[in-house]
Amino acid sequence: MSFLSYLANGISLGSVYALIALGYSMVYGIAKMLNFAHGDVIMIGGYVVFVGVSNMGVHPLLAILISMVVCTILGVTIERVAYKPLRGASPLAVLITAIGVSYLLQNIALLIFGSDTKAFTNVVTLPNLSLFDGKLVISSVTIVTIVVSIVIMIGLTLFVNKTKAGRAMTAVSEDKGAAQLMGINVNGTIALTFAIGSSLAAVAGVLLCSAYPSLTPYTGSMPGIKAFVAAVFGGIGSIPGAFIGGILLGVIENLSKAYISSQLSDAIVFSVLIIVLLVKPTGILGKNIQEKV
Amino acid sequence: MAMLEVKDLHVHYGMIEALKGVSFEVNKGEVIALIGANGAGKTTTLHTITGLISPTSGTVTFEGKEISKMPAHKIVSLGMAHVPEGRRVFAQLSVYDNLLMGAYTRKDKEEIENTLQVVYDRFPRLLERKNQLAGTLSGGEQQMLAMGRALMSHPSIIVMDEPSMGLSPIFVNEIFDIIKEVSKSGTTVLLVEQNAKKALSIADRAYVLETGTISLSGPAKELMNDEAVKKAYLGE
Repeated sequence: MSFLSYLANGISLGSVYALIALGYSMVYGIAKMLNFAHGDVIMIGGYVVFVGVSNMGVHPLLAILISMVVCTILGVTIERVAYKPLRGASPLAVLITAIGVSYLLQNIALLIFGSDTKAFTNVVTLPNLSLFDGKLVISSVTIVTIVVSIVIMIGLTLFVNKTKAGRAMTAVSEDKGAAQLMGINVNGTIALTFAIGSSLAAVAGVLLCSAYPSLTPYTGSMPGIKAFVAAVFGGIGSIPGAFIGGILLGVIENLSKAYISSQLSDAIVFSVLIIVLLVKPTGILGKNIQEKV
Repeated sequence: MAMLEVKDLHVHYGMIEALKGVSFEVNKGEVIALIGANGAGKTTTLHTITGLISPTSGTVTFEGKEISKMPAHKIVSLGMAHVPEGRRVFAQLSVYDNLLMGAYTRKDKEEIENTLQVVYDRFPRLLERKNQLAGTLSGGEQQMLAMGRALMSHPSIIVMDEPSMGLSPIFVNEIFDIIKEVSKSGTTVLLVEQNAKKALSIADRAYVLETGTISLSGPAKELMNDEAVKKAYLGE
């Protein structure tokens, strides 16, 4: 029974990683950059909900919506101010800028909210699921996290494959010049990608803080890095890849915490990444399209 | 007035001047060939016209409108389509989705559907393969897709960059037949080609581009018999 409970928690944690990884992966796919500030957008999302619910008594659902809006604006602003001027600059310059933005966000949070840990109120107030006469209890946060992630994943896949804007995203990620020749506004499409990624980060932030209810300015940084690992693991640039990578990472992390060592879990997670990349450098679902010349 | 008028175009890549004052014009209904050796500036000229590159100086006037400062994605909706060198179809999208991307700037679903039928009629092979990923098509099929995709925007002028490059002789003939048909159906064509012989055979007029300037121009038939052109570009 405990295995099932560990597994459920692992999937739930993995779902959060998956949501964050989606943002990494989509942005990488389209702008060919690693947005290392993405993890910190999650933290900002968490604080917005915290302030809304705990300090101002806003309804949790409304707080989440506000948080999504704030993170969307934040993500688009970061892209506009920090990354857009660097389009065409060396990837290293963009990477360093992203790390800089990450520290900037952490320090802004530090200035506004202080360094003390805030106790995040769980926004999921549904009853827990009790199975096998109470031998297996799965918390409602776990279930909500998994369900929300699956719904978002399906929605996003439909959006990318079935809508005009979604197809335009695929086109831009493949060939910006050719996409422009179709009449696609490349800058607009990149901004849209940042907007979607950042609003998902807000959702991830709320779910993460509900499951692990402590919030500091550094809350987003480790999950951010792990989600990046998940994105690479699944094949960066691929939406289903980010999802599978996230879930696998969460499950591996939780099971190794439970059965091997809680201190070594991160080491195990990263070792698995190294092994996967040695065997399949493009990640599990990575694209390896042979181009005809 | 000419449909497309390029005037004294200068383009720099860093310190290098790729175009040193290129001027030419394309009238409605014409097929214009732009020929020249590798590195003469043919692709640069086309990229500047369709907005992928902005010129250092000079103007591009399309149907009376100055477009040299306009971004590429806005030029498409004015009625100019560009079939880029090397096809550049979207490999991860299906043939059908590639064609739809071509109609990105158009709103009317019914009209898009009509154009789609016209394109399928012209390229039956694309209809056969409409659900296949574009990356899995042969080079010749990809060229057809790139042309079909450009036609989906219902352009008044279509700009083509090396459409015959890397294709088998059979496909080359087929592509040139299609260009003739496209022209016959009323679309103006601006064609850049290394295969000068083929290009001159279907063009009304032609310009010879040499290291960033127009060195020669005139009716295609005359250029075909010009001794210098024969020697340099026709291999005679």
